[in-house]
Parts: sequence; C-alpha cells; structure tokens
Amino acid sequence: MEKYTKNSGIVIPLDRANVDTDAIIPKQFLKSVKKTGFGKNLFDEWRYLDHGEPDQAESSRQINPDFVLNQSCYKDATILLTRENFGCGSSREHAPWAILDYGIRTILAPSFADIFYGNCFKNGILPILISDELTQIFFDKSQNKKVLRLEIDLENQKIIDGINEYHFEIDEFKKHCLLEGLDDIGMTLQNAKDIELFETNYKQKFPWLTKE
Amino acid sequence: MALTLYEKIFNRHVVKKLDDSYLIYIDRHLIHEVTSPQAFDGIRLNNRKIWRTDSIVAVPDHNVPTLDRKKGIQDPISKIQVDTLDSNCAEFGLNQFKMNDIRQGIVHVIGPEQGLTLPGMTIVCGDSHTSTHGAFGALAMGIGTSEVEHVLATQCLIVKKLKTLQINVYGKTQNYITAKDIALAVIGHIGTAGGTGFAIEFTGEAITDLSMEGRMTLCNMAIEAGARAGMIAVDDTTIGYLEDRPYAPQGKMWEAAVSDWRLLVSDKGAIFDKVVNIDATMIEPQVTWGTSPEMVSSVLGFIPDPESQLGSKKTGYKQALEYMNLKPKMSISDIPIDRVFIGSCTNSRIEDLRNAAKIVQSKKVSKSIKQAMVVPGSGLVKMQAEKEGLDQIFIEAGFEWREPGCSMCLAMNADRLEAGEHCASTSNRNFEGRQGQGGRTHLVSPEMAAAAAIYGKFVDIRNL
Ligand code: SF4
Repeated sequence: MEKYTKNSGIVIPLDRANVDTDAIIPKQFLKSVKKTGFGKNLFDEWRYLDHGEPDQAESSRQINPDFVLNQSCYKDATILLTRENFGCGSSREHAPWAILDYGIRTILAPSFADIFYGNCFKNGILPILISDELTQIFFDKSQNKKVLRLEIDLENQKIIDGINEYHFEIDEFKKHCLLEGLDDIGMTLQNAKDIELFETNYKQKFPWLTKE
Repeated sequence: MALTLYEKIFNRHVVKKLDDSYLIYIDRHLIHEVTSPQAFDGIRLNNRKIWRTDSIVAVPDHNVPTLDRKKGIQDPISKIQVDTLDSNCAEFGLNQFKMNDIRQGIVHVIGPEQGLTLPGMTIVCGDSHTSTHGAFGALAMGIGTSEVEHVLATQCLIVKKLKTLQINVYGKTQNYITAKDIALAVIGHIGTAGGTGFAIEFTGEAITDLSMEGRMTLCNMAIEAGARAGMIAVDDTTIGYLEDRPYAPQGKMWEAAVSDWRLLVSDKGAIFDKVVNIDATMIEPQVTWGTSPEMVSSVLGFIPDPESQLGSKKTGYKQALEYMNLKPKMSISDIPIDRVFIGSCTNSRIEDLRNAAKIVQSKKVSKSIKQAMVVPGSGLVKMQAEKEGLDQIFIEAGFEWREPGCSMCLAMNADRLEAGEHCASTSNRNFEGRQGQGGRTHLVSPEMAAAAAIYGKFVDIRNL
C-alpha cells in the first residue's frame, strides 16, 4: 500500500448525498480479476452519456459535460468533497479501487458508510469526517467552477485552505498504518502464536464449530 | 453482568485486544467469484498460506447465467471470473459448490440451507448482505476484498466493537405482512444511515413469530439500514431449522451444540446503546418509490413532495423522482410497472416462492407486464419448488422459471432492465442503475411482486 502523509490538490465538489457503491463503479466493471484499471469508469453512469462496458476505449465514450469530473477546472483533482453517507451499499472494494485509480487520495464528507470507510484505509485513501458547517463552507468555495485547493496533513491531522486550518479526528491505528503504508495482514501475523493458542482452547470449548 | 447477544458472541471470539480495536476469530468464511480473485492474488504474491481451509466454502453466484446453463457462461469476462474461482479453489484445496452442482445458489441462501451457518459463529463473506446469517444468532458481517485476504491468511479480523441497537417490533403483524415489509418499514423509520456503527438485534413478538426464512429476509436488509450486522436470538425455530442439515453437527455433538445455543439470547436487563420501538400492527405492505430503500411508502400511500422536505433531503427526493420519472403526490398504485423480479438473497427461499405462488395460482400475468421472472435462490430451493409444483403455477401464469443465482438483483449477468423500465422487485437495493442502467426499481415483498405481475400495478394484497 502506498504511504499517505500529505495530499495537496484541487477539490472536486460532488454535491450529492447517499452516493452508493453502484454509482461509484457500476457492476459491469466488477468482472475484472485485478485491482487496477477502474479509474476510467469511476462514476460511469454520471460521467458518460452512453452505456459503458469493460474494455471499451475511453475515446469512444460520450462525455457528459455537466458532470463535475468532466469540467476542465477539476482536472487532476486529488480530493473529493461530497455529502452524507458516502459509499453506502455494497462491501465491494472496487469502489475505493476506482477512486484511487482515478487519482483521488482524500475524501471529505460529513459521514461515510461503515464498510466503505474501512475499505478506504486499506487502500491508502484517507476519508475525513468533517462537520456539516465545514462541508457547506467547502462547497461554497468550490462550486460553480470555482477552484478550491486544500492541503491535507495527516501527521498533524489538519486540513489547510491557505488561510484557515481545520483539525480532524482519526483513529490512531489507522493513521499509523496510512503513514507507514502498512499491510495489516503482516501485523496480524505477528500475533500468530496468540491465534494458535486461542484456536486450541476454542476447539475444545466449541468442538461443533471447528469440525468439518 | 447482563449481556446482549452481540456482546456474548463478540466476547467468545476475542483473540487479543489491540490498541482500540480487537483481533477476533472467524469461524466461517464464505466466498464468491466477484470479491475473491484479488484476495487470492495477494496470498500468492506474499507467499502466504491459508490459515484454515476447512472454514471456507465457495460458490459462484453473481455472474452465473440463469438460462441454459448447460451451454456454460457466454460472457467471456464473467467466465474468467468464475473460472478463476474454480482454479483458486482447486489450488488451495477449498470446498466449492460449482455452477452445475445442485447445491449451487446465492451464497446467503446456501450457507443456512447447508447448515454451514450456525448460532454463535462469526461469519464473514466479501459481500455486504452477509448480515443475512445473523438470523441464526450469529455475528455475520460483510467485508471488503482486503479483509477477505486478511481472513484467508490469519483466520482473524481487526474490528472495533460495534454499538448495539435493539429494534423491538412489538405486537403482531396483520395478515399478508411479511418480513420484507417489516424490514422496509424499519428502514423507512430509522433511515439508511440509522444503523451506521451499530449491530442491530431485532426483538419482539413480530420477530419471534417469523420463520427462519423471514428472519433471514429481515437480517439481510439490516445492511440497508446502515448496520454492519443484524441478528436475532436463538429459539426453537432456529434449532428446528438446523436439525439434520448436511453441515450441522449430528448426534451427541448436536446435543452439546443445542444446549450452548440456548444461551445465545440477550440477557434480561441487558443494556443496548439505543432502542427503537416499532408497532407491528401499524405496518402495511411497503413499496419503495425512490432510489434509496428509505424512500418507502405504504401501498396505500402517495409519493411525497420534495418541497415539503428540508435540506439535502429535498435535493435527494428531487433527484430520486427525476430519475424514477414519478411525480409528487402521485398514488403508489399509479406507478407503472414493466417487469417483475422474484429472487435475490432477500427473497428467493422456498417460503418466498410458496407465498408468491399462492397469489399467482390460476391467474395470468397482466398483458401490460413485459416480463415476470422467478429466480430461485439455490438449486435445492428450485428442486423443492418443482417437487411442490410451484414452477408450474408460475409458468402457467406466464412467469419465467430460471436457474439459481443473483440474476436481476444486480444485473451482472444477462438479466437486466432496459433504461426507463420500472420493476417490482423482491431484491434489496433500488439504487440508480442497480438492475440495469436507467432501470427503476421498486422494492416489495414476494407477495406484493406476484400481485403486481397479475394486476399490472401495486395493489393492497390484504384485500385480494
Ligand atoms: S442476490 Fe443481490 S444482494 Fe444478494 S448476494 Fe446476490 S447480488 Fe448481492
């Protein structure tokens, strides 16, 4: 996993609540057995006017000029600003893979769906919970083709907009993993002895659960 | 100390407390073709082993065709995914019910059907509707692919303790009110984020009255209320369902298991972080009108006016009505319907098919309906239904009778809506494009979907 320390960039304002994982990456693109290549189909049904299929060349697609991602001022943005309950729906990691593959490393929203929130960290994306007021402030500063640039400083838990600094909360363990780019499987395996010990006792206590 | 069901199961599985989370042990790992390939790749890439292969059962369901299965999978990309599952299972020596096995079906249907889902277990699957298995007094959670890989390699998950939410559905439901109506009414009440951060335990007379099939429908939808897990305490219904299932314990082991399972209820006086009370007698047949399961109404109701909503709800309602091409204040019974889909891990079990067949019996699908289909949840459900002659009832009425799989629930195979079409569907998500790009989904119970096929519109099944 790629480390996350700082992220400065342009903010894409996606003014919608309850954006679900089917909207983030429609299911026809889930058939891949890889983790990459999903970026061009991020928000596919909003981003293009025609129906997309996997392996279709991007150049043959009909762009929807009204959708924020297609507005030239937000090109190369790395921060997504959105509304409440972002990422609801399925547990599929294709959603964060698509976001990451597109180039977004930070998502700002007043709330996230649980599974999606956890999946972001496992893929080097930082989802930041911000207050309703701050959400509105950022939307006001970035809508209608205005360009808002933010700097995210994970170490110091700060969002900086050039003038103001805003503190954000994050779980210590998750922060540590992001900063170091750590894979949590490796860390869990450091506890292999504990797992084995647990398993032995557990099998004695609940033999019907471990019998094939 | 009095403990909730969630706490009891959680405590049993704690391997180790980490800083502010826990390493918990996983008993059962269910796997399907969409969310596992990258996890197996990770295992290979890092030269890791699978910790406990006997905890794993795999099945292809999302991509499998529901017609002419003998021909194999036509879509080459879908085929790669299913083949990849086959080869991964072969390579790592995992138990798999392959596409043409009679036991194949939707992962959340076959787990309980085979007795792979047992009370007190921690169960995970790379699929959000894993919450279904909580119906058995288990802690069942959907996980992402990174976590699938984590469980493969370590048999553990790193989790935070969830808060507990008791949803107490008191009183008895009216006739023809199903678990699906309860689920939709609950979501309408607490909202799709109402359960975020919680494990829900459903209690109350209306819940204990439900069959296991009904309980699975309800827990299946817990994720649509934002909850990672939904659960129901163990009782005679649970134990009766499990007896003699292929993977359930037998003989002396069964006796020992049952006496342990009896403990899997919330203690008297256990304290939940939050309690919501819902009067079961007030629940009417439910129909969703929008693009989120919380956008739901009684069949006797009307589509709300976005103007009377506040803040982002107003915009959300407007966007939803625009997408659905419906007008404010329109009656639910005036919603046009093009297709009917009875299936999905929410409502494709034998009881669902029996109840739908009762409504359909000796009637014909309305001429205004382009397609009505029934997709059983598993090969065994299909076989049982055929034994009871349900397939004939559906076919004579003009329904299509398909092979088991996820099918039009998410339209990853060939079964899908055309843009603009409205579908009465027994599935669980009415998101934009869920059943095909531009498709418009209305979530209902199997009985309501069957009636919608016959009458060409949503009708109050209590009055049929
Ligand atoms: S039936 Fe639908 S919701 Fe259930 S597992 Fe399949 S795709 Fe997911």
